[in-house]
Amino acid sequence: MRIELEKRARVSTLFSIISPLLALLLTLVFGAVMFWFLGKPPLGSLYVYFIEPLLEVWSLHELAVKAAPLILIAVGLSICYRSNNWNIGAEGQFTIGAITGSILPVLYPEWHSWAILPLMMIMGMIGGAAYAAIPALLKTRFNTNEILTSLMLVYIAGLFLDWLVRGPWRDPKGYNFPVTKSFQVEAVLPEILDSGRAHWAFIFALVAAVALWFMMRFMLKGFQVSVLGQSERAGRFAGFSARRMVWFSMLLSGALAGLAGISEVSGSIGHLQPAISPGYGFTAIIVAFLGRLNPLGIIASGLVLALTYLGGEAAQVALEISDKAARVFQGMLLFFVLSCDTLIHYRIRLVLAGNQTKEVKA
Amino acid sequence: MTLSEGPVAAPLLSVRGLTKLFGSFAACNAIDLDIAPGEIHALLGENGAGKSTLVKMLFGVLQPSAGQIVWQGQPVTIGSPGEARNLGVGMVFQHFSLFEALTVAENIALSLDPRISLSKISDEAATLSKAYGLPLDPKAHVADLSVGERQRIEIVRALLQNPKLIILDEPTSVLTPQEADRLFETLFKLKAEGRSVLYISHRLEEVRRICDRATVLRHGKVTGACDPKQETPASLARMMVGSDVAEVLRDGGAALGDIRIEVNNLSVTARTPFAVALKNVSMKVRAGEVLAIAGVAGNGQGELFDALSGEYPVAEDEAIRIRGKAVGRTGINGRRLLGAGFVPEERHGHAAVSAMALSDNLLLARSQSDKKAFLAGGAFSVIRFDAIRSATKRICEAMDVRKSGEDPQAGSLSGGNLQKFIVGRELDRQPSVLIVNQPTWGVDAGAASRIRQALIDLARSGSAVVVISQDLDEIFEVATNIAVISEGRLSEPHPAETLTLERIGLLMGGIHESQSIAENASGAEAAHAH
Amino acid sequence: MFEAILLTVITASTPLVIAALGELVTERSGVLNLGVEGMMIMGAVCAFATTQMTGSPYIGLLAGIAGGAAFSLLFGFLTLTLVANQVATGLALTILGLGLSGQLGEMFVGKPGIKLQPIVIPLLSDIPFFGRVLFAQDLTFYLSVALVIGINWFLFKSRTGLKMRAIGDNHGSAHALGINVIRTRYLAVMFGGACAGLAGAQLSLVYTPQWVENMSAGRGWIALALVVFASWRPWRVLAGGYLFGAVTIGQLHAQAFGIGVPSQLLSALPYAATIVVLIIISHNRRTTLINTPASLGKPFVPDR
Repeated sequence: MRIELEKRARVSTLFSIISPLLALLLTLVFGAVMFWFLGKPPLGSLYVYFIEPLLEVWSLHELAVKAAPLILIAVGLSICYRSNNWNIGAEGQFTIGAITGSILPVLYPEWHSWAILPLMMIMGMIGGAAYAAIPALLKTRFNTNEILTSLMLVYIAGLFLDWLVRGPWRDPKGYNFPVTKSFQVEAVLPEILDSGRAHWAFIFALVAAVALWFMMRFMLKGFQVSVLGQSERAGRFAGFSARRMVWFSMLLSGALAGLAGISEVSGSIGHLQPAISPGYGFTAIIVAFLGRLNPLGIIASGLVLALTYLGGEAAQVALEISDKAARVFQGMLLFFVLSCDTLIHYRIRLVLAGNQTKEVKA
Repeated sequence: MTLSEGPVAAPLLSVRGLTKLFGSFAACNAIDLDIAPGEIHALLGENGAGKSTLVKMLFGVLQPSAGQIVWQGQPVTIGSPGEARNLGVGMVFQHFSLFEALTVAENIALSLDPRISLSKISDEAATLSKAYGLPLDPKAHVADLSVGERQRIEIVRALLQNPKLIILDEPTSVLTPQEADRLFETLFKLKAEGRSVLYISHRLEEVRRICDRATVLRHGKVTGACDPKQETPASLARMMVGSDVAEVLRDGGAALGDIRIEVNNLSVTARTPFAVALKNVSMKVRAGEVLAIAGVAGNGQGELFDALSGEYPVAEDEAIRIRGKAVGRTGINGRRLLGAGFVPEERHGHAAVSAMALSDNLLLARSQSDKKAFLAGGAFSVIRFDAIRSATKRICEAMDVRKSGEDPQAGSLSGGNLQKFIVGRELDRQPSVLIVNQPTWGVDAGAASRIRQALIDLARSGSAVVVISQDLDEIFEVATNIAVISEGRLSEPHPAETLTLERIGLLMGGIHESQSIAENASGAEAAHAH
Repeated sequence: MFEAILLTVITASTPLVIAALGELVTERSGVLNLGVEGMMIMGAVCAFATTQMTGSPYIGLLAGIAGGAAFSLLFGFLTLTLVANQVATGLALTILGLGLSGQLGEMFVGKPGIKLQPIVIPLLSDIPFFGRVLFAQDLTFYLSVALVIGINWFLFKSRTGLKMRAIGDNHGSAHALGINVIRTRYLAVMFGGACAGLAGAQLSLVYTPQWVENMSAGRGWIALALVVFASWRPWRVLAGGYLFGAVTIGQLHAQAFGIGVPSQLLSALPYAATIVVLIIISHNRRTTLINTPASLGKPFVPDR
């Protein structure tokens, strides 16, 4: 038996909608199998993982808290990937954004002003963008592969944060814990509603997603992104600069990752510590692809991936399954998304032995 | 048996009802074909008629959906190119199946028995290439070789397997007339040895010259079999196209106006290891003139287009002037704003993005030149989709672009229709300067004649047109003046009516203008003596 | 003292060399597999778990190889059969590998490992100085050297290697000549996976014989950079691998000496060195263009 692909005459609109849903369904099926292997009730476990977190108000707030950085980072990455710039170092830009955004509350804890929060957010964005500028500079100036450089910078950023909170920025009254002083109340991102922890980062995420959706759908800038992403040569013919697009997409995604970093620290944690992210920068890559690199789709996929984090925590308590299962779910999801995307561009045939051809997917 | 009856000898290869379906589309539909031993058999047809599909089935690259192949009286299935080679079928591909990073010997070794050592292959290739007058250096890297030399590798590779049938797919489309003559001599030598040749072409003159019989394909079906020597080019063309192709009309001697584009001593270093450097290129094109630039592929045509279009601006601002303005350092959109239009060679991924709608592809070329019409919202540059859609409609109607649906993806159009759109996209702006690279490459005859007519009409309406082309028929059809590009150098232009095919052939082969006309004449004799 | 440092350099370099060699073969066939990190960590966990269960680090080594190869098949199926984007699929492989290995290795966290013992070659190991360094190593070191020689021979002397280079240069032409592009690429991807798995096994059986989550710590990515650094030539991978090994060990010794630079910044050194090396190599666009397999990362769908 053999699988053959046949190029569709045109991209299938039907499958571009069905594909992410199909991927989700396959992930659930395989997830059930995994639970069964682990000796847990498959359906019950899926319920704990994916349904229960949606039933209570406080946990819906948690969902928004976790979805916010994922969406913020992923919409930036979607612009990168659409333009064929492979920034996979969002985790590092997130970290540096968190650090530069924290400069004010850490160094001036006595400054009490309304201005501190906007300044923190802006500095976070500048930090993230500046860190993304390194691979952008190396790509445009030296033609260095941005995948490897941005990824290496993730490790460096993590070690830098580690040094800061254990060294110069450590709270002297912190009983030797590697944390900074807790931020003053003016430096904490406020909650949106009284009913739970969801804070303003979620609003930022929605605004960023809608704004970038508008750009991609209606503006010449968005058109430039798609053209240069599909063919640099055609982009050059159109008079669009691939070099400038590297800068635009990298700085934009870096700034959004930086904003995600500082709003996570300011809104959810309240101080700096060695570990500030459960891999948001990498999970956002999955979010971006599951959302089919469409900013509005990314809002939905960000909520789905946030659910895997919440479900992971719930399952740890209720089922005694390790939180690593969440990462397995995330990895499987990305695999299925990429497989199902084939259906958008190709018809798939199963060729059985002999010359019988069986049409499997129309 | 009467003289007019088919082949005398039992056919070497005969094909019955051969069919190839891609989905529901029949690329080849019940093809019948007989090839006798020791004949040169032409397979004629337009682009998309199914010639390539047919020979791919004969060489085992594609598997037929139905029908039968009979080889020396035995029905066979050819499951792979290896099986085809074992039967005695050799193939010379149109877009060569060569590997640039490998040496000549390594390239040849890939289609031979793995037990034969590389050094033995080198020796045999050297002997063989000498015997057939196809000089080759087995140790050279393919990337460093000219198109003609690359074709020799393919031929030597096919000959090393001692084939009974050699298939050549459009072999002369990349050669100068002189190189083509040398190829024909090789083919006659093969014929004299009793080998058969299946010769695929759409060039009617050469088919009439060298082929014993011809089979004509149209839309995947056989539409005629004949002795090409008994036919006229017009009658062969009618068999190929199915109707008369509109002849390109021109009225000679239109008055030329002011200089629209001027190039002065333009030199550009090679950007990549595989590119050609431009050396001291100069030219002037006036309003009303069509300057055609002839040359064999890979002699700097693409680089010249890049420099003229401003996709890769050059160092010297003065090297290029459009309507009197120095634009060497200006980008493509700056030049468009001066009234220039550009049509690159490659349709997919250069002139157009295949996966984007036609209207998007219109915006691609005109986002700055038609800013007022296509964009709104000031700094936000919001796209006016209604405006680009109605302009797309206008262009498709003007150029008779056949498409499925209102605004389909560029990739879903046939080559001819997409090219008509790409040319029409520029004509719609009434450009005062138009630079076109390979306007009808891989385009059907109907579309080609329409495009050529449009270029002539544009010049007649007072624009300057530069046509870079490898197709000499096309060049003579459209040109006011002809220059030749060779190894990055451009010859002086000559009025089209003063040039012969042979003269152009010599210029294409790299005989430069520095030599006097007299030397040229003797050079011509020397070239024949070789 | 110097001998001891040299020994640790070899131990630190071996996994980089092996993983990079595997990726080199994969890339020579025209496939860019960014999932080296994921295949490596899967190799590490498979090797450690099997060693724990069987008590034999040699069976563990085999399990690491098999684990890496099997995991790479996922990548092969997506990119070769389903023609998915190679960059995205490689990332997916790494993300899934890190998650899956964490889940599988959970029960082994903190367990003491069994170390793969050196094989001392008689006579040769008695050569002063170099003998102990080169001929009293564990199996993985010998394998790494054998792989360099073997792959060099395979690529440049054997006919199958020639076919593989041809596919990497132009898959369309290779297909037209009747070379089975997809089958060869599957084999190349699996070979890359097997090497990454072996490299991972070296980490959990030799370098630090225990299971720690994410213990590959970016080495898969460094191996990818090494392939570029080596401009797709096996011997240069060996040289580059030892350069990185030396940087890694050098900074560890600097930390031990306490030279006044914070340890985190020293730990960042190998990553920074990778960036610097990439800049130096890619700076010369011409040589990069000549050496890069021309069909690297491009999708291939045969017409049938």
